[in-house]
Amino acid sequence: MQIRNQKDFWSGVMFVLFGLLFMVWSTDYQFGTSQRMGPGYFPTMLGIGQIILGLMVAIPALGKRAEASTVEAIGWRGLFIVLGAVGLYAALLPVLGFVASLIVLVILSAMASPEFNLKETLLSTAVLGVGSYLAFVKGLSLQFAVWPPFLYH
Amino acid sequence: MEVFSNLGLGFVTAFTLENLFYCFVGCLLGTLIGVLPGIGPLATIAMLLPITYQLSDPTTALIMLSGIYYGAQYGGSTTAILVNLPGESSSVVTVLDGYQMARQGRAGPALAIAAIGSFFAGSVATFLLAAFAPPLAEIAFKFGPAEYFSLMTLGLVAAVILANGSVVKALGMVLLGLLLGMIGTDVNSGVARFSFDIPELTDGVEFAVVAMGMFGFAEIILNLEQKEDRSILAAKVTGLLPTMADMKQAAMPILRGTLLGSALGILPGGGATLSSFSSYALEKKLSKTPERFGKGAIEGVAGPEAANNAGAQMSFVPMLTLGLPTNAVMALMIAAMMIHNIQPGPQVMTSNPSLFWGLIASMWIGNLMLVILNLPLIGIWIKLLTVPYRILYPAILLFCCIGAYSVNNNVFDVFMTIPFAILGYVFKKLDCEPAPLLLGFVLGKLMEEYLRRALTISRGDWTVFFTRPLSAVLLGIAVVLLVLVFSPAIAKKREEAFQGDD
Repeated sequence: MQIRNQKDFWSGVMFVLFGLLFMVWSTDYQFGTSQRMGPGYFPTMLGIGQIILGLMVAIPALGKRAEASTVEAIGWRGLFIVLGAVGLYAALLPVLGFVASLIVLVILSAMASPEFNLKETLLSTAVLGVGSYLAFVKGLSLQFAVWPPFLYH
Repeated sequence: MEVFSNLGLGFVTAFTLENLFYCFVGCLLGTLIGVLPGIGPLATIAMLLPITYQLSDPTTALIMLSGIYYGAQYGGSTTAILVNLPGESSSVVTVLDGYQMARQGRAGPALAIAAIGSFFAGSVATFLLAAFAPPLAEIAFKFGPAEYFSLMTLGLVAAVILANGSVVKALGMVLLGLLLGMIGTDVNSGVARFSFDIPELTDGVEFAVVAMGMFGFAEIILNLEQKEDRSILAAKVTGLLPTMADMKQAAMPILRGTLLGSALGILPGGGATLSSFSSYALEKKLSKTPERFGKGAIEGVAGPEAANNAGAQMSFVPMLTLGLPTNAVMALMIAAMMIHNIQPGPQVMTSNPSLFWGLIASMWIGNLMLVILNLPLIGIWIKLLTVPYRILYPAILLFCCIGAYSVNNNVFDVFMTIPFAILGYVFKKLDCEPAPLLLGFVLGKLMEEYLRRALTISRGDWTVFFTRPLSAVLLGIAVVLLVLVFSPAIAKKREEAFQGDD
């Protein structure tokens, strides 16, 4: 079978899956009655609605007269580097402090660009480092360990 | 008149040194991100939302965040005119004639008309906002839980219909948002739902985290897949002042754009983008020389720029008076109020009058600041446009991460941006607009609570939503809207209205 409108089809599938997932999870919570709604009541209903809407999107997408569409390729490289940099930042922040994790985040994420340029990146890292130290740590006095916490012991 | 005494209180509040300063900061940031393509007010407000915890006064926080929103409408036009690229989605149509004017060496008048139009619209909208808000809040006081539930249903349905793209998909996104909003402790039973024994999740997912992941990060990853192409025209903007003939030609479009934007801005799903599109279509229709449009017609800049600013400001009306967010930015504003323990709704006006009127007054002050920021300082903004995206996006990532961390001073929230970024990326690949999800997300628990209360009062009888007249009318409108949008003739018109929008 040919899927004519791939974008719609997969959107519908996604909605159905989310609906099912939340419905199944909701079975852990008391459903109650409409007069006394339990914590499972509203999410279950939303889940059912979500499944219905999902089918309403997915099924017409299979029809012969559906508008044709294809899902563009996924840019794995950008996805991995950018989100990897964010994850690494979160992991490193408590260990290395504000400055070091900032350097890691900025340099690593800049590498995701096809036009990456090391010199330029180092310069912008320095500017961002000083700038955000002044703005967030000094100016707004957010709670950060500026330098690696282990250095203080 | 009461409007004036209320506005008086507002100006007293807005004219404190701190509020003026943060209003300025908001407008400055708004212009900045408005000028820069690739980052919008939504991601910026999400980024700064956690930082407003530090501000002791919620009024100050809202003044700053609002400044970012309407400031972005000013900044967006600069990029549209000079770079042939919309800085914001609301300036998509400004590109059409604004850029052509710039090519003809009339970038200065185009920029000036855009600013003058925006300022005029902003001033009128401020006054309309002050005049309209109290009667609307008055009606809202008559609302019981059934009415609120119906109102929110209508709001969500209307928002979906007026937004661009497939209605069914957008409804699916709303429901998904409502479901994600369920994560966390159920206020009624104390059960921690969908939290999988993760202690941080018992408080629910932070709104700012969802918005940053879906709008900030996902957008960056998508932008990296496209080649950057930005050629700046008219590096030297000479002769800012429009001629008398320009002013004459622009006057009526500005007036019409202001009125149109004010009307559309109040509607759920309306706001800046829809207003500017409609205004452009209207001006072209009314013009005696429609063939000039797209070739540098000043009306095509004046009307939409006035309309988007009026629309942006008027979308505060339902948010402030009913607690109903009509677009994703307003959903963030509601989140900002909740952070400061202000329950959004009609009582805000009476319980926090200085916040309510101060915010409105600050918008007029902000508009004045924006004219000053935009016109004489235009050179700085042009310089800024030369900063390439490859330098810009690591900075956006960094500010988002710092913002996410400072929500609870916990790296958990930074980690949480990752799954939402992936979701946002997938949504974009599948042409699912994520903005409706945010509306559902912010309304989820409120809707559940109103539904619960309405049904408890009616002893589980669902007909309560149709037997109470106000509620029946609200739901009736929602049904009519849905029927209309699925009728082929309207569907075609709707498609036309969004032509050129991406």
